Amino acid sequence: MKALVTVMPKPSVLDPQGAAVAQAMAHLGHTGARKVRVGRSIEIDFGSASVDESQFHSLCRDLLSNPVIEDYTLEILP
Amino acid sequence: MKFAVIQFPGSNCDQDCLTALATFPGVTAEYVWHKDTSLGGCDAVIVPGGFSYGDYLRCGAIARFSPIMTAVKNHAAAGGPVLGICNGFQILCESGLLPGALVRNRGLHFICEHVDLKVETSSRFTAAAAPGDLLRIPIAHGEGCYFADDSTLRDLAEHGQVLLRYHGRNPNGSLENIAGITNRAGNVFGLMPHPERACDPLLGSTDGRVIFQSLIG
Repeated sequence: MKALVTVMPKPSVLDPQGAAVAQAMAHLGHTGARKVRVGRSIEIDFGSASVDESQFHSLCRDLLSNPVIEDYTLEILP
Repeated sequence: MKFAVIQFPGSNCDQDCLTALATFPGVTAEYVWHKDTSLGGCDAVIVPGGFSYGDYLRCGAIARFSPIMTAVKNHAAAGGPVLGICNGFQILCESGLLPGALVRNRGLHFICEHVDLKVETSSRFTAAAAPGDLLRIPIAHGEGCYFADDSTLRDLAEHGQVLLRYHGRNPNGSLENIAGITNRAGNVFGLMPHPERACDPLLGSTDGRVIFQSLIG
């Protein structure tokens, strides 16, 4: 089993990385983007072990993301 | 007064703190390794600057789970003073000892320069200055932009928890020019500027002594 955690800055938090990427895109002629935000994805391989999803959510809140500034989504993959 | 200076893998201002503290009469200071579980009977704790755990994941996110942090939390809960400088401030926010978070500087650059700070409130950590005094102390960080939601910012203002604000120019985009805050009880203080780097005339400023002198009393 694998877990895929996607962590993104909250909409209310300024994302200067996203703004810099948007600027670089505009330099390359891609002017259509309304907004760019940069987050991270974390892939965890459990091999043949199973995952307790509710326990994993608390790990997502405590360690993998900071709820003050970030939102996350969790996908459990076979 | 006995200080404990916590050392995480990647701390790099621990020696500066010990050197600065040694210049105050009646003060002793010892390193405490992050894997220790006891603070060795110290009166005050310093969580120093640096790049604990390489700043991986988020600044301070992994250090907050170091074994010594349980003792630091207990020390804080018992009313003992805790001073977090730069990465130490980030660790205290990640661990929930202080509200809010520190995110990437608005201009994306790592900034290393002297800044002017205005003392906002008299407190255990600023008693040696008067509100309105200006302190010239260096900053050195890439993630020092203070962020908190509106209700947290209101709370901080209402309870006089903002001790230092950037004055004249906001170097990193911190909300409301916040450079340093305490918890509600007033015994845990985190700031991005480095007072330990402004304790000797050779370093261009001795204004950092105000913070240590306030704490030592």
